Amino acid sequence: MEKKIDEAEVRKVAKLSRLELSEAEVEEFTGQLRAILDYVAKMNELDTEGVEPLAHCLPVSNVFRADCVKGSLGTEKTLANAPERDGEFFKVPKILDDSSGA
Amino acid sequence: MSSELLDRSCRDLRDQIAGGEVSSVEATKAVFEAIGKYEETIGAYISTFEKEALERAGEIDKKAAAGEEVGALGGVAVAVKDNMCTTFGATTCASKILESFRSPYNATAVEKLLNAGAVIVGKTNLDEFAMGSSTENSGLRQTINPWDTSCVPGGSSGGSAAAVAAGMCFAALGSDTGGSIRQPASLCGVVGLKPTYGRVSRYGLVAYGSSLDQIGPLTRTVGDCALMMNIIAGHDAADSTSVDEERAPVCDYLAKLDEAIGGLKVGVVPEFVAGADEDVRRAIADAIEVYKGLGAEVIEVEMPHLDYAIAAYYVIATAEASSNLARYDGVHYGHRTEEPSDYIEVYSKSREEGFGKEVKRRIMLGTYALSSGYYDAYYLKALKVRNLIRGDFTNAFEKCDCIMMPVSPTTAFKIGEKVDDPLKMYLSDIYTIAANLSGIPGISIPCGFDGSNLPIGLQILSPAFSEDRLLRIARMFESTTDYHKKRPVIVD
Repeated sequence: MEKKIDEAEVRKVAKLSRLELSEAEVEEFTGQLRAILDYVAKMNELDTEGVEPLAHCLPVSNVFRADCVKGSLGTEKTLANAPERDGEFFKVPKILDDSSGA
Repeated sequence: MSSELLDRSCRDLRDQIAGGEVSSVEATKAVFEAIGKYEETIGAYISTFEKEALERAGEIDKKAAAGEEVGALGGVAVAVKDNMCTTFGATTCASKILESFRSPYNATAVEKLLNAGAVIVGKTNLDEFAMGSSTENSGLRQTINPWDTSCVPGGSSGGSAAAVAAGMCFAALGSDTGGSIRQPASLCGVVGLKPTYGRVSRYGLVAYGSSLDQIGPLTRTVGDCALMMNIIAGHDAADSTSVDEERAPVCDYLAKLDEAIGGLKVGVVPEFVAGADEDVRRAIADAIEVYKGLGAEVIEVEMPHLDYAIAAYYVIATAEASSNLARYDGVHYGHRTEEPSDYIEVYSKSREEGFGKEVKRRIMLGTYALSSGYYDAYYLKALKVRNLIRGDFTNAFEKCDCIMMPVSPTTAFKIGEKVDDPLKMYLSDIYTIAANLSGIPGISIPCGFDGSNLPIGLQILSPAFSEDRLLRIARMFESTTDYHKKRPVIVD
């Protein structure tokens, strides 16, 4: 945690997050994330050697159900909120370019 | 409050509706009159359903007249935080990205309210995706505190808390990931309960931090809180993290509510509470004196890791959020940018346009904490600290039945005061977060007022699945004090 987060790193994280940040946001977030991460570094005061990580506070186990067919939402309800549809499909811009041979 | 009718508890009102003394239509109309009067100032709701609510109220009245069962909440007007899915109206999460989203199904908690005969009057405002402590992060509207129009109602269930406080519903559902039920309840002078993780189904609750999120009630009395728990608690096959009732049975939370707990041992953590405002500390100390007067023994407990809860929380919650909110990609539902140049822009521009700043900030923080090279230092470290915090509670509960502390270090703060300083806002969650990290239940009950007549909440925390005892402990205080009977000046 030695290295402070900088604008280049913020841009990288924005890309990973699929957020197209404006320049002003990159600048603003860099300062704010730095302050938050400085605070979070407080955790290093604690020796956690040998402590198990706790992802879930109650004991959880896999939940199984009987393998039987149940009703589902159906096409119309599923597509009702689609930003764009084409018949029974969600419509999105072209993903593969023509040179891909697809 | 303008109408005596609006002041009634859900329990009384339900019985009076069932007995034909009051009609649900009359009570529901009174609620909409209050909404008509105060909503423009308070802004508690994102949507209201007057026509549908009155129709439903009429159906309940018909049932009551015919001597049919009206349900445990028959004819009582309640509100639902707008991050729970409903097939009626939109489910927005106070986000532009979901502004026009209409859910094809109801959240289980909503379905249970409906099955109990509740009349749902509207969906309440929140910090976008429940991320915030003031409701100022709503992408759709501002909610103000009914006790002081220059102050925030707290958050993220600020709309639910303000609506209950102002008599714009009789009870409401909220959700609590790091204090989002208890803190607004405290700041608005109402009762708010975060149940044990897994006690109430999260099915249909739009996910923020899935290992922390929990639905719970906001009400004006502890009794109404118990009534709401009777309705919403229980296992749900649709939520794999909801707890098996064989392992932790759901009880009738009203059955023994008025029975005081003899030999109650109250844990306190003096040095942890030292940072709260003087008025808050005084009110909490006075409340603990009330318990002493009722025969409780006060025990100092050591909880050395509580001070690290905010740091661990803002890594874990944001990490989970960054994953949960990846689903808003402009493909299947929600906002899609106009004329994207390629498919990547469908994601990145839709998200940039649809999310507000706090949501982006938390997605960024969580993505960073999970990213290659930082995972061990942040996320894994936070999970270990989480275990230490839970250990503090396990140790403390060997010595005491419950722990009492403030809900919030301050009373309601001014609108705009912390909005440009996210870290400052996060630090206001210091007393509520540990319960979410540990999965235990916590309640906020009105216990006093500061020098400006703003409400102060007492927080009581108890072991996992002990909501029955927690409610009884809260009821002990309520039955000997009058703080819960005070109403905000705006509606007085």
